[in-house]
Amino acid sequence: MDTALIHQPLSALTGLLAERRVSSVEMMAAFIARTKAVEPRLHAFNSFDEPAALAAARASDERRTLGRILGPLDGIPIGIKDAIAVAGAPLTCSSKMLANFVSPYDATVIERLRAGGAIPWGRLNLDEFAMGSSTENSANGVTLNPWDLTRVAGGSSGGSAAAVAASQAPAALGSDTGGSIRQPAAFCGLVGVKPTYGTVSRYGLAAFASSLDQIGPLTRNVDDAALLLGVIAGHDPRDSTSLARPAPDFPVEMVARRGPWKLGVPAEYFREGLDPAVAAAVRKAIDFYSAQGGEIREVSLPVAAEYAIAAYYIIATAECSSNLARYDGIRYGHRTQNATDAIDLYARSRAEGFGDEVKRRILLGTYVLSSGYYDAYYLRAQKLRTLIRQDYLRALDGLDALVTPTTPTPAFRPGEKTADPLSMYLADIFTVGVNLAGLPAVSLPCGFTAAGLPVGLQLIGRHFEEPRLFAVARSYEQAHAWHKMRPTVASSE
Amino acid sequence: MSYEPIIGLEVHVQLATASKMFASAACGSGAPPNTLTDPVVLALPGALPVLNKAALDAVIRTGLLLGCRINPVCRWDRKNYFYPDSPKNYQISQYDQPVCLGGEVEIELPGPTPAVMGEHRRIPLTRIHLEEDVGKLTHGAGDSLIDFNRAGTPLMEIVTEPALRSPDEAFAFLTALRTLLVCAGISDCDMEKGQMRCDANISIRPVGETKLGTKVELKNLNSISYVRAGIAKEIARQLAVVAAGGALTQETRLYDGESGRSAAMRSKEMAHDYRYFPDPDLLPVHIDEAWQADLRASLPERPFDRQRRFIADLSLAYSACAVLIRDRALADFFEETVHAGTAPQAAANWTTNDLLRELTAASLPLRESKVTPAHIAGLAALVKQGVVSSSQARDVFSEMFASGETAAVVVERKGLRQSTDTTQLAAWCDAALAAHAGSVAQIRAGNPKAINSIKGAVMKLSAGKANPRLVDEILRQRLGI
Repeated sequence: MDTALIHQPLSALTGLLAERRVSSVEMMAAFIARTKAVEPRLHAFNSFDEPAALAAARASDERRTLGRILGPLDGIPIGIKDAIAVAGAPLTCSSKMLANFVSPYDATVIERLRAGGAIPWGRLNLDEFAMGSSTENSANGVTLNPWDLTRVAGGSSGGSAAAVAASQAPAALGSDTGGSIRQPAAFCGLVGVKPTYGTVSRYGLAAFASSLDQIGPLTRNVDDAALLLGVIAGHDPRDSTSLARPAPDFPVEMVARRGPWKLGVPAEYFREGLDPAVAAAVRKAIDFYSAQGGEIREVSLPVAAEYAIAAYYIIATAECSSNLARYDGIRYGHRTQNATDAIDLYARSRAEGFGDEVKRRILLGTYVLSSGYYDAYYLRAQKLRTLIRQDYLRALDGLDALVTPTTPTPAFRPGEKTADPLSMYLADIFTVGVNLAGLPAVSLPCGFTAAGLPVGLQLIGRHFEEPRLFAVARSYEQAHAWHKMRPTVASSE
Repeated sequence: MSYEPIIGLEVHVQLATASKMFASAACGSGAPPNTLTDPVVLALPGALPVLNKAALDAVIRTGLLLGCRINPVCRWDRKNYFYPDSPKNYQISQYDQPVCLGGEVEIELPGPTPAVMGEHRRIPLTRIHLEEDVGKLTHGAGDSLIDFNRAGTPLMEIVTEPALRSPDEAFAFLTALRTLLVCAGISDCDMEKGQMRCDANISIRPVGETKLGTKVELKNLNSISYVRAGIAKEIARQLAVVAAGGALTQETRLYDGESGRSAAMRSKEMAHDYRYFPDPDLLPVHIDEAWQADLRASLPERPFDRQRRFIADLSLAYSACAVLIRDRALADFFEETVHAGTAPQAAANWTTNDLLRELTAASLPLRESKVTPAHIAGLAALVKQGVVSSSQARDVFSEMFASGETAAVVVERKGLRQSTDTTQLAAWCDAALAAHAGSVAQIRAGNPKAINSIKGAVMKLSAGKANPRLVDEILRQRLGI
């Protein structure tokens, strides 16, 4: 096995395949072997289909022999969060509710990956129905952090982040409702992208909160993120909230934008609760931009800083309470053995099928939408959402991006925050506002703590300005080597 | 004290679209269970709704026909409730921004006789909105089956103001609405197939009182006749309760058309908090003037407008109008027959009597009729010219209907052309007079009606070809009367 192969970014793998220095089957076999080797320690995967992956790799090799490759990612495996539908594969959302559910159809992003020849690889662990920040809410157990196996990989896309960090896949798709791509990317030393709302089709993503959910890439570097986003983005007539404009050519648009950059630093995000090591790494990154001739401006996000968490947990739970009503044990999914009538069937199936955090959010969401409470909670949260969006756009005025830490702390330990849900919710404080505002954001590695845990830098841009964000991120990445570091699990073979 | 009933209706109408309201699966009935489904209809994880523009077009067209205000922005909301026939356990509906506001339905009450037109009234509407239908449950012994074929079919809900005052008005309302919607191709409105469903809100109040009384919602009114009968029974029930000194309670009652009785639903079944909120999967729809103008151009003439025009412009009898306007294609056929040169009343008689009778006997739809307006115009002309008699014309019509030949061809082929050869006619008349001396004597004795049996004999001798008017002239001349 070529051990170097599995640690390569997409851009390198593309070249190796093009030059016929490796076949897709060899590459797939290497990732399968790697997955099997480290999986018992990590638990990034809920499941994977080895024969299907190898068959897809063989088909890719045949295309390449005929000179008919479908796109730059032809023959390359891409890890898939187990909340994204892949035809013929389990779609569990890490829930007992869907433990035996197999999707009969492909999500739009999977269709697009296949259309480009890429191989959907594995069903990656997550917090149940993407609700959580550590994968501790997975019915299948927690995914551990490849950098420190006593810590979580983050969540909800923790399996996607761990799999890429541990070289079980060269890149992966996650979904981000309040930070679920960026936070695990930060915890695992990866680049994670939450695109502008509507950039990537949600068709086939099991919905958590429809107005906030976006699928996005987790990759080893910024070039890979631009490449992978370009494959999955674009208008989809099956998603009414998909943008009715063609996706830009991200890699090309990215290199067309050059610094020095004008960056805003939100004052509210550098106060109490921020881990000193995280603060230091982010400050250093800001100093780098400044030293490159950039303009650094202190800005303020008064509404977002104060109310984003509250507004988020009202809107997200309201939508989730309705979105998850379909899991009732009638047409598919877990059904209780002991029902006396239809209502009892619902109650028992859902009580048995859902975990505590999902139940908590369904209860919260049902409450905030209830007659007599709607105006006080849901309607006010929607008004706040408008103000939060204005907050960000005002702060971004005349700037290329806002710079913040992705998370207040590096990866924490399992059990550290589970006793107090609020402390877990506060771990999303820097990320949820971006989803409420529909803005694009990127997390990229910007250093390590003394204990060797990765730290993430978050860049937030205006709507549709992913190429600019990528350019800002790339100028930092090219001057640093954090993204080339490999975690301990990788060297302990 | 005398009381008056106050009635409001909520009418659900399935729209005749090819595919479902938010999914590409086909709409229809009669298919094997659970075959008209897809990931969206079955609410599989990750499936998303996409609006079927044809469904929205149909509601806007309805609104334009009924004089509604079309909301410049309509919105989609989720109505949350758990029921096994609802795949998502929420229904996509419209809460506070429906497609249409206001408007009215013109109704016609029964006249004193079928030949006399009754009074027309206009029933104001509150709103019209669009939502999706649910699946169908079948309860067996020990288990229940669900068919999701109907789930997601576009359903238009038309809500009236509490403006109806009698069961007859409710009957007339649904009849008029059905005629209009079928005419415009918006729905087939077959109540037996559940394509049109009606709930009624009924209360009574002392005459002169302006405040509304306690309202009872009557459900399960499965035919237009059940609507009339159910409302009449409910009014009688409420009057009896009040007469006995009792108080009415606000409740929902299920009507049983077989027994003519209703029973209150358990209050648990109606205590819903639907937790409406805007559906985040769908965007609000902006309906601009250009869109409305396009649809306005596609609207048919309203049936009652057509009736008024037939009466005013064509001097057509009301009874014929009433039959014609019920069926747009038949009325179009009639008008084409008139345009082809037939007198309106004759054209109406041929279409509403003979054509309908033949179509019914042959179980054929009008569009498959071999008889065209030109055929009828040709036949009517032959009758007018005296080439065939009215009674022969009936037979000619049947031949045309069977073969598709023109009237002239049928008349020639069957040798039905009437004889106007006076020499031949005179010979038949003389023979008949000679053979019916008794009748001749009766006439001479002052009984002119006896001429009819002689005429009958002439027709018999001529095998029906003798022109009746000429025969009459010759006989009277011979008899000197």
